[in-house]
Amino acid sequence: MNFTTPPYLIQDVSVQRIMLQVLAALLPGIAVYVWLLGPIVLLQIAIATIACVLAEAGMLKLLNKPLALFLGDGSAIVTAWLIALAFPPLSPWWLIVVGALFAIVVAKHLYGGLGQNPFNPAMIAFAVCIVSFPALMSQWPPVDLPGGFAEHLALVMGTAPRLDAMSGATPLDALKTALKLAEGTQAVPNILADARTFGHFAGRGWEWVGVAYLLGGLWLWQRRIISWHAPFAFLAGIGVLSGALWVVNPAGFASPIFHLFSGGAMLGAFFIVTDPVSGCTTPRGKLIFGFGAGALAYVIRVFGGYPDGVAFAVLLLNICVPLIDLYTQPPIFGMKNK
Amino acid sequence: MMTREEFRQIAANGAWKQNTSLIQILGLCPLLAVTTNLVNGVMLSLATIIVMAIAGLAVASLRNLIPHEIRIPVFILIVAALVTTIDLLFNANLHELYLVLGIFIPLIVTNCIVLARVEAFANKNPPLQSMFDGIFMGVGMLWTLALLGGLRELIGNGTLFSGIDMVFPGLHALQLLPKDYPGLLLAVLPPGAFILLGCLIAWKNWIEARAASRESRRIPDSVIAAGH
Repeated sequence: MNFTTPPYLIQDVSVQRIMLQVLAALLPGIAVYVWLLGPIVLLQIAIATIACVLAEAGMLKLLNKPLALFLGDGSAIVTAWLIALAFPPLSPWWLIVVGALFAIVVAKHLYGGLGQNPFNPAMIAFAVCIVSFPALMSQWPPVDLPGGFAEHLALVMGTAPRLDAMSGATPLDALKTALKLAEGTQAVPNILADARTFGHFAGRGWEWVGVAYLLGGLWLWQRRIISWHAPFAFLAGIGVLSGALWVVNPAGFASPIFHLFSGGAMLGAFFIVTDPVSGCTTPRGKLIFGFGAGALAYVIRVFGGYPDGVAFAVLLLNICVPLIDLYTQPPIFGMKNK
Repeated sequence: MMTREEFRQIAANGAWKQNTSLIQILGLCPLLAVTTNLVNGVMLSLATIIVMAIAGLAVASLRNLIPHEIRIPVFILIVAALVTTIDLLFNANLHELYLVLGIFIPLIVTNCIVLARVEAFANKNPPLQSMFDGIFMGVGMLWTLALLGGLRELIGNGTLFSGIDMVFPGLHALQLLPKDYPGLLLAVLPPGAFILLGCLIAWKNWIEARAASRESRRIPDSVIAAGH
């Protein structure tokens, strides 16, 4: 006999299908990135992918797990792409490889493999590298990057010395440094008026990468791959905090729009805090998780020493996930909430 | 006196079977804080070995005189007296190293390994055995801290024996990896200590599991003797 449960409309929700759609949703962001900085971005994605897939294969072999099944699900490739997009685009190849190895070997497989990791592997890669190699991880190129693909390649391969012209600061860093140098004599709107670093509403060029991630994320939501809770709460966390400070003191703090489209905010909102494994599972939990991560990311990026706070915020909230899930369990169907 | 077998058992227990860091997971505070390089780890372990050996000897000799109800304060008093001596000796003879190790030498008093061995072993066994137990528990700690410190130093800085000149003024650190090795700073920071300690524990468990499976596959001697 063959029993199935209603409703009878069955959707194919394999891990592979989800991961492929996540990869597809990243494509607009990658396209804008390539348009801004050139094909070096694609090379970094390729390096990260090779490193992650090899590390995944090695760990699966070591743990006697079926290679084809787990390699085919594409989760390692998603991690790889997120690492490549989160790291500075001109970082040396070994930096990305170190990040990828840490993400797959330590953060994913030592904790039990796909579906078991308490921390987001891509964010672990970022945190490990920014703690270990702070200088390299803060060298972000300006969008009107000098040199062609050959020069970029030499930098990534480590065959050319790293020039100061190639490494700038992110708009977030530039704003923070300018504020520190001015020591209160210059207001944020004046600093942001410099369109060479800051574009129409956030970092010049980088703002459009943010917009592209937003579009990709909205497509994922429309496809029902992610729910609206975590991204919305994450952006609200950044927006509410930055909005409140901006309203109180517009001379000392940048507007919410600037913060929402700077750094890793959009990538984090739609591709990091939506991770079904390391994030919360209950709808209310997702709201708390997202809001906490967003608020913390804002605090770290504005008041902390690191250029962006998304990675540390997400990792800190990852630790809280079991607790949040425990207290936000929805009532069983037919029961009243306590 | 003690038999050879007894001695062998105490040595094996301390150095491997009941390894303080890998099995009992005791004394993690100095373990994590001091093993940023090999020399620090070894020197702190040596200080701990001296304290444990003399504390074992002293407590075992006095065990029949110490009232049972107040034994813990008395043990702590004995250990604290020894640690103060060691602390002053380090300060006088290895002053630079003393500044590096800092609070962790006085903190040997609160190291649970010392009190645990005094309470669990020296309190119930004769002096000689107790002294050897202290020494070999310390040896177990010594090689683990040396291994952990060496790994952290090598991964973090690409060197070995940095700071050896604080102990032997004529010697220099070894640069094992190329000069332009960037150094994985994480290994020297506290998370690196936790991650590497986890790897060492996994490595020991793997060796034990392999030995156990080999043991279970071997044909027992009695079967061979019976001619089957």
